[in-house]
Amino acid sequence: MNERLHVGFVGNPNCGKTTLFNAYTGAKLKVANWPGVTVEKKEGAMKYHDHTFKLVDLPGIYSLTSYTMEEKLTREYLLEDDVDVIIDVADASALERNLYLTLSAIELEKPVVLALNMMDIVEERGMEIDLHRLPEMLGIPVIPVSARKKTGLDILIHAVAHHKTEGFDQKPFHYSKEIENKINELIEVLTKKVPGLEPKRWYAIKLLENDEEIVRQYGEYVHGHIDRNYENDIVRQKYNYIEEIMKEVLVNKEKKEASTDKIDHYMTHPIWGVPIFLGIMAFVFFLTFTIGDFLKGYLEMGVDIFSHGIFELLQYLRVGHVMTSLIVDGIIAGVGGILSFLPNIFILFLALAFLEDSGYMSRVAYVMDGIMGKLGLSGRAFIPMLLGFGCSVPAVMASRVLEDERDRKRTILITPFMSCSAKLPVYVTFSSLFFGKYAMLCAYSMYVIGLLLGILVAFVHSKIVSHGEDNPLLIELPDYKMPNANTISIYVGEKVKDYLSKAGTTIFIASIVVWIILNFGSHGMVEDMADSFGATFGRFLVPILAPAGLGLWQIGVMLISGLAAKEVVISSFFVLFGISSLTAPGVAESTVSMMEGMGFGALNAYALMVFTLLYTPCLATVATIKRETNSWRWTIGMLIFQLVIAWICAVLVFQVGSFFIG
Amino acid sequence: MTLKQAGIEEQYSIKQLLMGGSTQRRLEALGMIPGTEITVLGRRKNGTLIYKMRGTRYAIGKGIAEKIEIQKGADR
Repeated sequence: MNERLHVGFVGNPNCGKTTLFNAYTGAKLKVANWPGVTVEKKEGAMKYHDHTFKLVDLPGIYSLTSYTMEEKLTREYLLEDDVDVIIDVADASALERNLYLTLSAIELEKPVVLALNMMDIVEERGMEIDLHRLPEMLGIPVIPVSARKKTGLDILIHAVAHHKTEGFDQKPFHYSKEIENKINELIEVLTKKVPGLEPKRWYAIKLLENDEEIVRQYGEYVHGHIDRNYENDIVRQKYNYIEEIMKEVLVNKEKKEASTDKIDHYMTHPIWGVPIFLGIMAFVFFLTFTIGDFLKGYLEMGVDIFSHGIFELLQYLRVGHVMTSLIVDGIIAGVGGILSFLPNIFILFLALAFLEDSGYMSRVAYVMDGIMGKLGLSGRAFIPMLLGFGCSVPAVMASRVLEDERDRKRTILITPFMSCSAKLPVYVTFSSLFFGKYAMLCAYSMYVIGLLLGILVAFVHSKIVSHGEDNPLLIELPDYKMPNANTISIYVGEKVKDYLSKAGTTIFIASIVVWIILNFGSHGMVEDMADSFGATFGRFLVPILAPAGLGLWQIGVMLISGLAAKEVVISSFFVLFGISSLTAPGVAESTVSMMEGMGFGALNAYALMVFTLLYTPCLATVATIKRETNSWRWTIGMLIFQLVIAWICAVLVFQVGSFFIG
Repeated sequence: MTLKQAGIEEQYSIKQLLMGGSTQRRLEALGMIPGTEITVLGRRKNGTLIYKMRGTRYAIGKGIAEKIEIQKGADR
């Protein structure tokens, strides 16, 4: 009998639900957002004997109310005809809290199987759970598993396949007489007025609980039948029963005091908590940018060799000059540049995944909450901000650690103000050309300006964007655990794939476009870039850029090309001014005098750096922002905002500076 | 007294919740109802604190902590 079973995974956050899900589906999953929101749903498939399973991993939730998007979407999904069996994953070492969701899930009147996860931890701690009494008291099958050690997985799936048919004698939890009478009364009314509605008992309970969404949809039918809000009673009665269950089922409470508390003594220490965090982040940064850059060097060499190889090949095949240039100077140069970032991205996400899976990240939110709170940011926003100093792409992606939509957007808004590493070549080049011994100070000032402006923008945004309900800190601090290799590799693999495909496709196209506009003019391919479309466009920008001291068409072209990737500002600078290497003797001096002859001096250079710091981020970042915010409107708004700020600041710098220099 | 004033690592039980709204619902769904035992594990200078309840650790802001009324000892 070849049966297709649709199974939904629910459970509290941090109960190992996703690790369990991954153990079944491996890396073959499809991640999607629910339409219009940033809540994720993961789908996978597997086979077991003659059954095919469609597995869906739903967001971690504590209950099935209508107070968060995750809960609403999950319960809607589970009520659909499609779902055959629900696997409720519970952390066996925190059973008391997890059972609330179990009792709530059973009320949905679909077959439920309780997967008691983390049994290995229960054993380690010397706890014992009566696995006969628990299913008796709950009325559903209970299967002990360890997603980490991969035990119990087959038994669980086997139980699920069986429970689909047997599951309909599972008995839902019974409340007090008073409430049960009320429930029956409402069921009668609903049967008359909304006959097709199922499961009626669930809707009746929700109406008595004053569930916002259900009352909105069906409240009118039962008008007059509900004398008061039964929510408190319903919650309390469930928990009373849970306490009864725990008393009977949990033998030998924790003997060993969890090492989590000992570690937390340091990690959340009122004085040392912050320095420890800063130390850890410095280490992550260090790994990313030393090991990462080391590997990056090799990748760049590899791309270089590849590029030469392709060039030779194209010559051999007698491919035309135009096509060769497009491929080598346009595509390979552009895409290769982005590929070379891969080691940094990889290491960064590896470190983050490690910290997240160990349970440390929630401590970060607690420890940084005070400082970030003053800026209208959540403690967890510190990490994306810090990442922004390396590269905006992973920084924007890291904003996912923030649960609140508004917080996430505000964090994304200020990420580009943290000078990413791609802007460093611009700072280094122009500060060493025009500022001599003050070069380091000059470059450093860019970082400071960026940081200060970013903080200012965050502060202003928090004052303007009304908070509605001020998002107060309320997070669970899970037990520390050894990060799971499988979980981490899937997570990092996903991020790397994302990076390569999204940024890669955008950059690929952008490289081609940039190449075209710099190599073609109105009469076809040009010899001198000054005749290209790019140059013409650059001249359009001259009047706009002049007040900022940037009124040269070459600068215009450089800034436009910087839209593809910030390093390109410097590579096009070299090409446009005919420089092969700045370190060759005499080149620096002649470049400076050439530029000063065109009216471009130290102050202009500083204005250029300020503009580069602040203006529209590179296309890879833009693509990532669009992806994370799911909104063209917001993304374009942000681009324009940055462009305007960049212009205002550059103009201010140049005009005020000119005033003083005279 | 409220959770904000609780002593570190001492036994208390919940008297009532005063903040209302979805935060109150969320806390209730987590089992924070009158009579539930609760212990504060640590506190920062700005009032944010960590507590343990029904076997789980949580961190909450001062704003919430001052709206949770508690009384000393276990409520049995």
